[in-house]
Amino acid sequence: MTATDPDPDPDTFERTLAADERVEPRDWMPDAYRATLVRQIAQHAHSEIIGMQPEANWITRAPSLRRKAILIAKVQDEAGHGLYLYGAAETLGVAREELLDALHEGRQRYSSIFNYPTLTWADVGAIGWLVDGAAITNQVPLCRCSYGPYARAMVRICKEESFHQRQGYELLLALAKGTDAQRAMAQDAVDRWWWPSLMMFGPPDAESPHTRQSMAWKIKRHSNDELRQRFVDICVPQAETLGLTLPDPALRWNEERGHFDHGPIDWAEFKAVLRGAGPCNEQRIGQRRRAHAEGAWVREAAAAYARKQRDRRPADARREQGREVAA
Amino acid sequence: MSREAAVDRDELLGLGDDALILSHRLAEWAGHAPVLEEEVALANIALDLLGQARVLLSMVGDEDALAYRREERAFRNVQLVERPNGDFAHTIVRQLYFSVWQELRYRQLAPLLPLAAKAVRETAYHRDHAEHWTLRLGDGTAESHERTQRAVDALWPYTGELTGPGGLPGEWLARVTATLRAAGLTVPAGPPPRTAWAAGGGRQGIHTEPFGRLLAEMQHLHRSHPGASW
Amino acid sequence: MSGQDADWPLWEVFVRGRRGLAHTHAGSLHAPDAELALRNARDLFTRRGEGVSVWVVPAAAITASSPDEKDPFFAPAADKTYRHPTFYTIPDGVRHL
Repeated sequence: MTATDPDPDPDTFERTLAADERVEPRDWMPDAYRATLVRQIAQHAHSEIIGMQPEANWITRAPSLRRKAILIAKVQDEAGHGLYLYGAAETLGVAREELLDALHEGRQRYSSIFNYPTLTWADVGAIGWLVDGAAITNQVPLCRCSYGPYARAMVRICKEESFHQRQGYELLLALAKGTDAQRAMAQDAVDRWWWPSLMMFGPPDAESPHTRQSMAWKIKRHSNDELRQRFVDICVPQAETLGLTLPDPALRWNEERGHFDHGPIDWAEFKAVLRGAGPCNEQRIGQRRRAHAEGAWVREAAAAYARKQRDRRPADARREQGREVAA
Repeated sequence: MSREAAVDRDELLGLGDDALILSHRLAEWAGHAPVLEEEVALANIALDLLGQARVLLSMVGDEDALAYRREERAFRNVQLVERPNGDFAHTIVRQLYFSVWQELRYRQLAPLLPLAAKAVRETAYHRDHAEHWTLRLGDGTAESHERTQRAVDALWPYTGELTGPGGLPGEWLARVTATLRAAGLTVPAGPPPRTAWAAGGGRQGIHTEPFGRLLAEMQHLHRSHPGASW
Repeated sequence: MSGQDADWPLWEVFVRGRRGLAHTHAGSLHAPDAELALRNARDLFTRRGEGVSVWVVPAAAITASSPDEKDPFFAPAADKTYRHPTFYTIPDGVRHL
């Protein structure tokens, strides 16, 4: 079901937010609220789809059949999560095809983290532990987001993602306890993925253009810096258990704040990658465009077949629409 | 496990390698599928096959030693499953040819092989997926029809190995022919060839050139760290 | 880029979690026809054994009420408390009622 054009009713909208209830697709909502959600959900969906690539890079080289099965299932989940999120975005009145076009033409973004390369097998572990860990820290509060379809998609996604982070941590643990070469591989991956993971929470609160409005609308529940701090506090002891070092000499416990302090983040790098100067921007979007373009004849064939079937057997086609199947 | 012993080692290895290698090929689609819904579908099939491969190989020996440390000539999969993905039509026709055969074979083995009963259900779904897509591609647009006919013809020589001695010529041919005809595709003339070099070698360890590169990619990391655990 | 010809319509998916439960809305997906919609739904929404049965309905075929509070659809039901069993006072000690 998609949005219609109900009469403007800001009072009901504000009452719904104040009561911590959910806004649903056919409710009246301010244009800016709708636009913010479309932007955020689309970016989230695009990140899932582009995020398949760095990990799929290692599926065919996974070093054991157990790891291979886990990795295929994880990359598959990412495609599924992209689909849930595109579905949530479509309830706001935009078609998936429009969103994919916007991605392919560079009008909408995906998370910058996926513009870094996966150079070794250990990167698969580092992505699971750090990148998925950061994503989960961001996503758990979104399960209470004020927009119903987005919140429901996030509940499903968070439930499924819990295995993603654990498999990454377990993978790194196996390397950290393995041979010298495996341990070096694990440390190298953590060295490269730590800082980009911290950047995933977005710019500092003082420079975050959308945070205040998004929090007022209860789309966002916590600020970028709050979530980043939560993530750092979680990771430090986990790194100790792994026996790996987080690449930040300034990282230390601050008794007064009750949190870990960390060193300065290189926001110039963040902005450069966001602008398109990351190591894999061209490659990632290029593969996405190619898959979509090369798949066009398949999508057209299936659509043409459906049209022919409708023309040939209108009665059968109508019957099919209500059919139930055991799965 | 006396019931398992009823299926001989060569057969287990052949079935296990079929599932392992086809799963690998299907997983190569990750991030490249023509539509997002098919990313999920192809990965499901790859995971089913990988699960079957792990059970079958474990009945013969250590699954990872068998997958990662055998040379090309020691693999017993049919050549059909190692054929490169090509376009989506190639992948679907390969799925059609193979899943029809695999379902029939698992059905025959079900009384002897505990895995086979579960695998029959999985494979029936793979066959259903392949049949539905064969219809849509064969009877879709002029372009999809042409691509699919090319795939039907190109992969036909590799089906001799499925229908040859000990194979299932009658049922396999009837089922595949019915689907191809329903899709408006031309069934290649005559029964699948059994004499060509290209057809019949896989079970004896004779493979096609792309298979060596598949193994190089699949095995290199595992082999680079002898004795390591992952 | 793909043209209009390649766009697949949207379907709403309803999954029965197990026998004895009603089908509930799980989400939506795209498919060219009902048969592939069912299969896509099975692959997408029951990967972890979440269902024993699936319905797919073309999104365009659903007619929905408006959730607007001013909507006359639901307000009248709210004041008919006599439809609920708790409306009636029954003497203590009367059982099976």
